[in-house]
Amino acid sequence: MSDTAVTPVPVKEDTTPHPMEDWLRMDRIPHIWCPTCGLGIVVTALVEAIKKSAFDPDLMAVVSGIGCTGRVAGYIKLDSFHTTHGRAIPFATGLKLSNPKLKVVVVSGDGDLTGIGGNHFIHAARRNIDLTVICVNNFIYAMTGGQVAPTTPNPAVTSTTPYGAFEPPFNLANLAEACGATYVSRWTALHVRRLVESMTRALMKPGFSFVEVIAPCSTLYARRNRLGSGLDLMKFYHDNAIIKNGCPTPEVGIDFQKPFVVGDFVDKERPTWHDRMRAQMTATLGEKFIPKVGPSICTNCE
Amino acid sequence: MVKADPLGVLTGSHYLDGDEACAEGALAAGVRFLAGYPITPSTEVAERCAARFPFMGGTFIQMEDELASMAAVVAGVWGGSKCLSVTSGPGFSLMMENIGLGIMMETPLVVVNVQRGGPSTGLPTMPGQADMMQARWGSHGDYEVIAVAPNSPQEAFDLTVEAFNLSERFRTPVFVMLDECVGHMTEKVVIPPADEIEVEPRYMYTGDPKEYLPYKLDGNEYNVPPMLHAGQGARFHTTGLTHDERGYPDMTPACQDVLVNRLVDKIRKRDDIVHLEEDGIEGADVIVLSYGISTRVAYGGIRIARERGVKVGHIAMKIVWPFPEKRILELVDSVKGILTVEMNLGQMALETERLAQGRCKTVLAGHAGGTVHDPKVIAKAIEELAK
Repeated sequence: MSDTAVTPVPVKEDTTPHPMEDWLRMDRIPHIWCPTCGLGIVVTALVEAIKKSAFDPDLMAVVSGIGCTGRVAGYIKLDSFHTTHGRAIPFATGLKLSNPKLKVVVVSGDGDLTGIGGNHFIHAARRNIDLTVICVNNFIYAMTGGQVAPTTPNPAVTSTTPYGAFEPPFNLANLAEACGATYVSRWTALHVRRLVESMTRALMKPGFSFVEVIAPCSTLYARRNRLGSGLDLMKFYHDNAIIKNGCPTPEVGIDFQKPFVVGDFVDKERPTWHDRMRAQMTATLGEKFIPKVGPSICTNCE
Repeated sequence: MVKADPLGVLTGSHYLDGDEACAEGALAAGVRFLAGYPITPSTEVAERCAARFPFMGGTFIQMEDELASMAAVVAGVWGGSKCLSVTSGPGFSLMMENIGLGIMMETPLVVVNVQRGGPSTGLPTMPGQADMMQARWGSHGDYEVIAVAPNSPQEAFDLTVEAFNLSERFRTPVFVMLDECVGHMTEKVVIPPADEIEVEPRYMYTGDPKEYLPYKLDGNEYNVPPMLHAGQGARFHTTGLTHDERGYPDMTPACQDVLVNRLVDKIRKRDDIVHLEEDGIEGADVIVLSYGISTRVAYGGIRIARERGVKVGHIAMKIVWPFPEKRILELVDSVKGILTVEMNLGQMALETERLAQGRCKTVLAGHAGGTVHDPKVIAKAIEELAK
């Protein structure tokens, strides 16, 4: 209404260091994720959990597959591997077996880990490989434009289920427990404090530990299903996530836009792949058994 | 070159099949991690490593499939071990996905393919040599490969060591293209003492790990950057995406051009990745070109043809990829023809044809697999070409 000329306010350069600059590849920021995506929160929570855990960051590695969450490995300043679609877990298995001193964390999406990578997921849990697997579940294949996933609740609309999804989705927590995971939890991108605590416990837990993070995708999942903005999804989590620690995992399946259970579900002791392999080899071979304790390449280097 | 680690070297004179000899070659070269999946006729390689690893600080895991095996093997290299996987045609198809990752990440490793008759399940217990073009072109995108083809258990040992050395030198996956016949034939294999086995060490970065850029070239004669492993303090990133020298994704035509051309040129622009065994080439009217088990059957045909007065030479390829272009081009104007002997319906024969461009005749002595050639058929083809 006013015809007064607008004088631009000079922007003062903020020289405050980013609080996570020791942990992020600042030369890759800004990241590629959409506004209101849950992945920024997941990365922050994981960094906080790594700081709380007792691990030497130089001996940690992050492995991601393909997809939106697949890009996490590129932003966290640890040895990090952005691999092929679905193969983050077998890649992580190879790293861990090649150098058992490494603490290996897999961060990938629901489609990557339990669709194309589903076979690897169940076998790594069965073997109880010492890995921490963070699965960011946005209920769709987001990077490719929002197609139906093995996690899509019925009857959500996706680009390949334009009339509503009808295949029954996985209950990932139940799947992980059934296959032998030693630690299983689920939180949302809203439950930041509990998520950090849960990720810390997962990192510290020997064996196959699994954290599912329900994360908002406003660009595709919310838009196609008319669920509003990313903020609206966070409000939905606030109003509908029921915290039930220790809840039996068969009871934590997720229905479309219905109240759902979050919490720490499983925390149990089970010998890891390395524990069992070493025990078996020692029982059979005795002192002749020479375990692989670290990288072996340098025995050949001058 | 350094000397082999004695812990993995079974020095002595042995009676081994080709698969077992191949495993011993890998162990002598320093392999300490194998991820694999059972498949006839290759499984003995994995079985022998599984039996031998516990005595030398090695780890074997039988994965859920070949997709996982290959992913684990690429990762095992980045974890700091020399790594191997083993398969046959159907599994080789599944491995192609992460062989591509290995090529893109510049990961030195070896994959053994004990070839059987195909396509599909084909002839699981019988020989074939029909995966030669799959070895060359099986993954997607532009790249070059290196592959060796042993013709005996002794060569299975020797060429597996050579395959590891080439993989470390050029930082790329290298294939050992065995076939069921060599894989399951048992012969004398002499394994030398460890200090007589030359091993190419991994080309490692020696500066401050904090300054490390995983794909920054340093003028190395093989046009590859030095490596660091996970856990060495560099906190580096690597990806299957097109990447810059920091290992960061840079999806631009300019970055693609630089990266993919280097991946290709580090092999294509060299003419010294050659290993041939030649016999009677001087003054020959006909050249027989062969590899793997077919070299031994070809000798039979050549002997018959020579007895009948034909001047015939033999090139037995030990390294089959890259194809020995320079050597073939030297010969095309001085011979009447080149006969390619292979257990397929024409794969490496196409390379000969491509190079000869009509300057000499190029003929295939091939069959669909399941058994080796009849030497008389080869002799007859040689005589036809000499006319």
